[in-house]
Amino acid sequence: MARAVTTKQKAINTAFALGVALLIFFPILWTILTSFKTEAQAINDPPIFFFFDWTLENYYAVQERSDYMKFLWNSIFIAGGSTLLGIIIAVPAAWSMAFVPSKRTKDILLWMLSTKMLPAVGVLYPIYLLFIELGLLDSRGGLAFVLMLINLPIMVWMLYTYFKEIPVDILEAARMDGASLRDEILYVLTPMAIPGIASTILLNIILAWNEAFWTLNLTAAKAAPLTQFIASYSSPEGLFFAKLSAASVMAIAPILVLGWFSQKQLVRGLTFGAVK
Amino acid sequence: MATQQSRSAARLMMAPAVVLLMGWMLVPLIMTLFFSFKKYVPLRGDTIGNGLDWVGLQNYERFISSSSFWPSVQTTLIIVISVLLITIFLGVLLALLLDQPMWGQGVIRILVISPFFVMPTVSALVWKNMFMDPVNGILAHLWKFFGAEPIQWLSHESLPSIIMIVSWQWLPFATLILLTAIQSLDREQLEAAEMDGAQRLKRFWHIVLPHLSRAITIVILIQTIFLLSIFAEIFVTTGGAFGTKTLTYLIFQRVFDSQNIGLGSAGGVYAIILANIVAIFLMRIVGKNLDK
Amino acid sequence: MHLKKTLCAAIAASLFSVGTANADNLTIATVNNGDMIRMQGLTEDFTKKTGHTVEWVTLEENVLRQRVTTDITTKGGAFDIMTIGMYETPIWGKNGWLVPLNDLSEDYNAADILPAMAGGLSHDGTMYAAPFYGESSMIMYRTDLMEKAGMEMPDAPSWSFIAKAARAMTDRDAEINGICLRGKAGWGEGGAFITAMSNSFGARWFDENWNAQFDSREWSDTLNFFKNMMDDAGPAGFATNGFNENLSLFQQGKCGMWIDATVAASFVTNPKDSKVADSVGFALAPDNGLGKRSNWLWAWALGIPAGTQKEAAAKQFIEWATSNSYIELVAEKEGWANVPPGARTSLYENANYKDIPFAKMTLESILSADPNNSTVDPSPYVGVQFAAIPEFAGIATEVSQEFSAAYAGKQTVAEALEKAQAITNDAMEAAGYK
Repeated sequence: MARAVTTKQKAINTAFALGVALLIFFPILWTILTSFKTEAQAINDPPIFFFFDWTLENYYAVQERSDYMKFLWNSIFIAGGSTLLGIIIAVPAAWSMAFVPSKRTKDILLWMLSTKMLPAVGVLYPIYLLFIELGLLDSRGGLAFVLMLINLPIMVWMLYTYFKEIPVDILEAARMDGASLRDEILYVLTPMAIPGIASTILLNIILAWNEAFWTLNLTAAKAAPLTQFIASYSSPEGLFFAKLSAASVMAIAPILVLGWFSQKQLVRGLTFGAVK
Repeated sequence: MATQQSRSAARLMMAPAVVLLMGWMLVPLIMTLFFSFKKYVPLRGDTIGNGLDWVGLQNYERFISSSSFWPSVQTTLIIVISVLLITIFLGVLLALLLDQPMWGQGVIRILVISPFFVMPTVSALVWKNMFMDPVNGILAHLWKFFGAEPIQWLSHESLPSIIMIVSWQWLPFATLILLTAIQSLDREQLEAAEMDGAQRLKRFWHIVLPHLSRAITIVILIQTIFLLSIFAEIFVTTGGAFGTKTLTYLIFQRVFDSQNIGLGSAGGVYAIILANIVAIFLMRIVGKNLDK
Repeated sequence: MHLKKTLCAAIAASLFSVGTANADNLTIATVNNGDMIRMQGLTEDFTKKTGHTVEWVTLEENVLRQRVTTDITTKGGAFDIMTIGMYETPIWGKNGWLVPLNDLSEDYNAADILPAMAGGLSHDGTMYAAPFYGESSMIMYRTDLMEKAGMEMPDAPSWSFIAKAARAMTDRDAEINGICLRGKAGWGEGGAFITAMSNSFGARWFDENWNAQFDSREWSDTLNFFKNMMDDAGPAGFATNGFNENLSLFQQGKCGMWIDATVAASFVTNPKDSKVADSVGFALAPDNGLGKRSNWLWAWALGIPAGTQKEAAAKQFIEWATSNSYIELVAEKEGWANVPPGARTSLYENANYKDIPFAKMTLESILSADPNNSTVDPSPYVGVQFAAIPEFAGIATEVSQEFSAAYAGKQTVAEALEKAQAITNDAMEAAGYK
C-alpha cells in the first residue's frame, strides 16, 4: 500500500461507514426486532428498541395460520427453476454474442432489454388466457418459465458484458499450444467465466424471488410462493405490526441469508460492463 | 476473425433466447393490440368466444382524454428521474465511503446491500406501517421527540414518500455497481494527482467522475427498466391516490377496477410507446458510452 | 394393450373412489379477515364430516378481488369456491358465472338467512352466494369519554349531534380524537363510507337517467361536513385511514367515536386486543332528519364458479361454513361474541347471543338498511354504499381518490367534486348508459 493510513483515520472511516450502513439497514433491523415483540410492545409509545421480552409467539401464530414450508418450497422451486432454465438459454446466447459479434449484436441486445419494458399489468389478461389454454395455471413450471422470460434479457446482458471482458488473446495463445475447442472451453474459458455466471445466477434468484405480480396472479393454492404468503398478512383486521413483521422476516430471510453468504460472488460479477 | 462456421454456430446458440423472447414479446403484444381495438368488458358479458365488437380507435381516444392520463405520465417520469438522481448521487457518495480503508468492510457492505434483497411488497408494507404511519410510525415518534408535528407522509408528502421507498430499495444496486467501478480506478493516477496537490474535490471532478460515467450509464439503463414498471410500492401504500398514479397504475385501474380490458389494452399500448421513447433516449446515451 | 390400460384405469378409479369415498380437494379463495382465518382453523371439522380436504388461498381484500375477478371473467377455474361480496354476486350471477344456490339441503334451512342478506346476494330471486357473515355500520363510542364531555349518546343520533360530540371529546394533548372515520381511497374503503353518509344528506350517485350528481348541493354538503368535522376532531392523516387503521386507533383508545362495520364490535370489545373493551357503547349510524340513515349493508359470501368439477363438494362446504352448526362450533370453541354475525335470523333469537352487548344494535342496523331504496330522491341503482353495476368499482375508486386528495388538503372539496362529476359522466357515457 503506497499510502499510509493512520489507525485513527481508519477508525473514523469505520465509525462513519458503520453509522451510514446501520441507517440504511435500519428498516430491516426494526422489522426483525418488532417480530420478536408482543403486539402491544410493537406499537408502544415511545418505541422500544432492545429491552423488551423477546418472544416467538408471532412466529408460532404465523406458522399456525399458513403453511410456511409450502410457500417456501414453491419460492425455492420457482426462483431456482427459472434461474436454471435461464442460465441454460442465456449462457450460449451471451457467449456467442461476446465472442462472435456481428453488426447486429448490439441491436439484438438492446431489443432484448426493451422487451422488459412491456407493462405486466397490461398483458395479464392475454397471458392468463394463454395459461388457461395451456393448462399452466397454478403450476410451478409455468411460473418458472414466465419468470425466466422476464429475467432473460437481464441475464443475457449481464453475461454478455462479463464474457466480453475475457481477453481473446488467451484463446489464441491456447490455440497455438494446440488446445482443442473442447479444451479451450473447459480449461481456459470456463474458469474465467464462472464468477460472472455465479453472480448472474444470484441476481436472477433475487429478482425471481421478489417478483410479486405474476407470482400472485398466475397461482392459486398449489404453486403459490412467498409473495402470496405475504399478501395474506397485509392489512388484516387491526394493525398487527408484530405478526406482519414476523411474516415479513419469514418471507425475506432465506433470500437475505443467501445474499449475505454470497455477497462476494454477487459483487464480483455484478458490473454489467461498468468497469473497463 | 470469426469464420463462416463459427458464425452459424453462434446463430444457433443465440436462437433459443431470441426465439423465446420474440414469442414472449409478440404473443402478448398482438393480443393486446387486438383487444385495444375491441369493446371488451367481461362484466358486461363480452367474451372472446362470442366475438368482440370492433370499436376502432375509441379506446385509444378514451384512455388519452381521461383527466388522469397526462398526470400519470408526469408522475411516472418524476418517480423515475427522482429515484435515478437520488440513487446515483447517494450511490457515488456511498461508494466513495466504502472504498476508504476500514475494518469490517464485509459486514458494512452486507448491511448496505440488504435492502436490495427485500421484496417490494414487504418493503412497502414495512415503510407504510412501521415508519410512515402518522400515529404509530417510528418517523412520527422521531418527529414528536424533537417537538415537531409528525408528517403525514403518505397523504401530504405522497410522491416524496414513494420516491423515498423506491430509492431505498435501489440504492444498494447503484452503490454496488459504482463501488466496483471506483475500485477499478487506477490508484497510481489518483496518487499522482494527490502528489500534484490537486484538491479532493478537483480530483473527484476530473478523475473519479469521468471514470464513473460508464457505470452511471449502466445504473441509469438497468434501473429505468425496473422503475418504469414499479407497482407494488404504490399498490400497497397509497393505492394510486394523492397524485401517485403512474401510467402502470392507471392501466391497472382500467383493467382491474373498471374491468375494461379494451381500454386497459389501449393503455398498455401507450405504455409500450412511452417505454420505447425512453428506451430510444437511453440507447442513445448507453450506445455511445458503451462503444467507448 | 388398449383394453389392459382401460381395465387398469377402471380398477384404479374404483379403488380410489372406494378408498376415499369420493373425496375432493377444494381450493377456496378468501379474504384475510378474522372470521375467515378462524374458519380456516376449523376446516378439520369439515374434512372429518365429509372426507373432502380444503386448500386455502388467503389474500388481502384488494388482491383477492383482483385475483378472483380475473379468474371468473376468463373462466380460469383456479378456484372451487370464491369469497365475494354483495357487489359482485348479483352481477356475476346475472352473467351466469355462479352456480345457483337454490337447492341446498333441508337441514341447511335457507329460509333462516336474514332476508336483507339473501336479497343482496340474489339476482332475479335466485341466491348465488351464501352469506358467511353480514354487516351494516353503526356508531361505536367510548362511554367514559362521552360522560367526560358531559353528553349522552341517543340510540339514534343525528349528524349535528355527532359533530358536536366529536369536537367536545377531542383532546389533542391526550391524543384523543373525537371521531375516527374512513378517508382512505378505494370504493370499498372511504368510498363506501362517504356514499353511505351521503345517503343521509339526501345525495345520490345518479339520477334516474344515470346522470352523475356530484354537482348537487347535497354532495357538497356531505363532503364539507365530513371534512370540517374530521379536520377539527379526526386523527392525523385520516385521508389514509381505512377500516384497519381506525380499528387499531380505537383499540388503542385514541378515538372517541368510530362509525364503521358492525363486525368491528366484537374486536373493540375483546379485552385481548382492545385497551378500551369495557367502555364501548353502540348506537345507530347518524341521520340528518331526511329519513335515511348513513349505515350500509354488506355481506362476505361464498359462491361457486360455474363450471367447477367439484360442485357437489363445494356445496357441501358452503352448507357447512354458513350453517347454524358452524356458528355453534365457533361458539363452543371461541365464545358467542366471536361467531360470524349478521347472516342468520335464528342467531338473534338465540338466548346465548342476546347477552352480547352489540347484538341488538347490529341487527337493528342491518334491518334498517334497504339496498332497493337507499336514497332520499329516487335512484336507478340497487345498493346502499355502492351501485350494483359493473362500472361502479372502477368509477368509485377513482372518485374516492379525488375525495381523499381533498381530505388531505391537496385540492378543495369543490375541485374534487368537479373532477368526480367529470370522471363519472365520462365513464357512464363510455359504458353506453347515455
